[in-house]
Amino acid sequence: MSTSTDHGRPDPEATPSALSRDGRPVSDRGDTVCVIGAGASGLTAIKNLREHGFGVDCYERETGVGGAWNWRHDRSPVYASTHLLSSKPFTQFPDFPMPDSWPDYPHHSQLLSYFERYADHFDLRSHIWFGTEVVRVEPAPGERWDVTTRSTGGYGPERTAQYAAVVVANGHNWSPKLPRYEGLEQFRGEIMHASSYKDPAQLRGKRVLVVGAGNTGCDIAVEAAQQASRCWHSTRRGYWYAPKYVLGRPADQVNDTLLALRVPLRARQWLYHWTLRLTVGDLTRFGLPKPDHRVYETHPIANSQLVYYVGHGAIGPVPDVARFHPYAVELADGREIDPELVIFATGYLPRFEFLDASVFGDSAGVGRPTLWLNAFTPGHPTLAVAGLVQPDSGLFTLSHWQTVLFARLLQARRDRPERAAAFAQRVRDRAGERYSAQVKESSRHWFEVGHADYLRAVQRALHDLEGK
Amino acid sequence: MSARSELRIMRGREWSRPVRPVRREVLSATPELEEGRPPLLFVPGFGHGAWAFAEHWLGHAASRGFPAYAMSLRGHGASEPAPEATLRAYAHDVVQVAAGLPRQAVLVGHGAGALVVAHALARYPARSAVLVAPVFGGWGVLGAAVRRNPAGTLPAVFGGPLRLSRGQLFSRDLPDEEARRHVARLGRAGRRAQWALLGEPGAEPAVGAPPVLVLGSPDDRVVPTSTLNRVARRYGSAPLLFPGMGHDLMLDARWVEPIDAILDWLEKEPAVH
Repeated sequence: MSTSTDHGRPDPEATPSALSRDGRPVSDRGDTVCVIGAGASGLTAIKNLREHGFGVDCYERETGVGGAWNWRHDRSPVYASTHLLSSKPFTQFPDFPMPDSWPDYPHHSQLLSYFERYADHFDLRSHIWFGTEVVRVEPAPGERWDVTTRSTGGYGPERTAQYAAVVVANGHNWSPKLPRYEGLEQFRGEIMHASSYKDPAQLRGKRVLVVGAGNTGCDIAVEAAQQASRCWHSTRRGYWYAPKYVLGRPADQVNDTLLALRVPLRARQWLYHWTLRLTVGDLTRFGLPKPDHRVYETHPIANSQLVYYVGHGAIGPVPDVARFHPYAVELADGREIDPELVIFATGYLPRFEFLDASVFGDSAGVGRPTLWLNAFTPGHPTLAVAGLVQPDSGLFTLSHWQTVLFARLLQARRDRPERAAAFAQRVRDRAGERYSAQVKESSRHWFEVGHADYLRAVQRALHDLEGK
Repeated sequence: MSARSELRIMRGREWSRPVRPVRREVLSATPELEEGRPPLLFVPGFGHGAWAFAEHWLGHAASRGFPAYAMSLRGHGASEPAPEATLRAYAHDVVQVAAGLPRQAVLVGHGAGALVVAHALARYPARSAVLVAPVFGGWGVLGAAVRRNPAGTLPAVFGGPLRLSRGQLFSRDLPDEEARRHVARLGRAGRRAQWALLGEPGAEPAVGAPPVLVLGSPDDRVVPTSTLNRVARRYGSAPLLFPGMGHDLMLDARWVEPIDAILDWLEKEPAVH
């Protein structure tokens, strides 16, 4: 539970060396690996690297662990009612299960306590520098990395240390993506991004327009249905709204029964459509647009309540926003509505402001790196990204295996360099590979993966690295 | 090294059919002064409950500065009844309790509980593990048990309870009355778990490469010395032997020797990482 920034450990700069960059001293951290961020993915990176015998320095800009799931953090997107979308078996770290006494879909506060227990159980906090943000990560000779840090908020001097490898785990759900609309500046009502939405009290008694049918948008629309005086929900297209329970069991567990049997995609889509027809029914009856795609072609939406509230008239489904007027919003079908509050649940974009965009092969600088397994960078074998995936399940299992694979790759670089070289070649050849059904082109789906396809690919990579 | 490539990522069955939660009994004895030692989790074998460790070992471990916990697998002791329990459910119980402890735990399994621990090690990165008189199944163990105690063993083959006798569990040094008291407390494991023993259910490799200590008695009438050697070899060591003791090393007259050996080993063995 400690949020102390006092580690009682020697300063990393206690080991001065002859290294320098731009005339400033660089402390040599030897074989130590640097982990950026102590959220879910960063924590599992520390744990797995330690387990494989590596020293770790983790830098965390906040004063506690949990990243996005710690509601105390500036950049945390969670709101009071946030619950998990995937059930426990898909969400927990594979070697540290959530307690049996927790519900199928735990609350975000339970998730934070899960990460705090994980950090304490494996004694991870002593490797984390809290209140320290990473300013620059630059390649150094010998495939090493110079990492420059300073106190969060820009106080104090910058310090540079050199590491054998870097794991980037800074999260991708903190930098809001706001679409451009004509006339938005003139709109006299209140505007917010979903990242600033924290509590249903913000909606009480207001006329609310929620833009976006991601899981967050649907959650907020449901809360607006309960709290606001009026709620419109604007979506770009029709979606499949999957219930969280099917046949009395968490829907993802039922779905995985099919995956385990390796039922082909087309058959699964057919079964899924059929199940939805039986459970949710024909959405166009409710005035919702007909989905223009098959399931698994957009990120799944798990929400049992949205359709229910549409049926009670508490949510008015509306099409895309065309433009804003000072006191009204014009919709794509020409209708005008008069919300007082517009919430953009339009998602987030990843940002790696400490890293030159060319390192990730992101020449356009839009925040979309070209990676293999969403984790490995061509030409930079000692750099990995953890957690830059948007799976149709929980994320933490995937981060766990990404970091195990990276730890084993680092071991192979030391013990079996020819294997590591073959791995590096695969990274170059296969960067940009996708692990999902054909998805709709949108920044929302940049990192979309099917958890089974993705984990099978990681399993193969691990096997190729270590197999006979 | 070949074992490492067996690392299993896909667990479709566990994702789609998670083990049903149950209420579990956990007894504990913690030292008065926190000395930063790792917690020990004792896992009893089939028929036994947490009580088997609460008798002597829990208190002794705590008196030497180790926070000590003992659990009852589902269907045993004061845990919830579970007649249809499987080996997988038992391993789930162990991982649940271990992950609920404040720090990375040392797993200590006895008898078939050692097999459960071996399975749990594939799902939880224990700090280290101790297998006491491990019953890893197979026809050899069954043959020995049938020879020694046919009336108690044969019904188990047909799904009935496994009834271990005083002579199998304890040496002659243990006072009769005490032995009778322990035998009277024995319960039974689920029949599916009992059957699983016949198939010699090999465990997946342990995650996190924990050091493993194997110990037992050459005079154990349940586990032959050859089994001890085989299990120890699997973890790259030789068994530590305590002659003159029965299968239930934690209850027998000289219970203090094996637990002291375990604690000495833990004090010497630096956590691998």
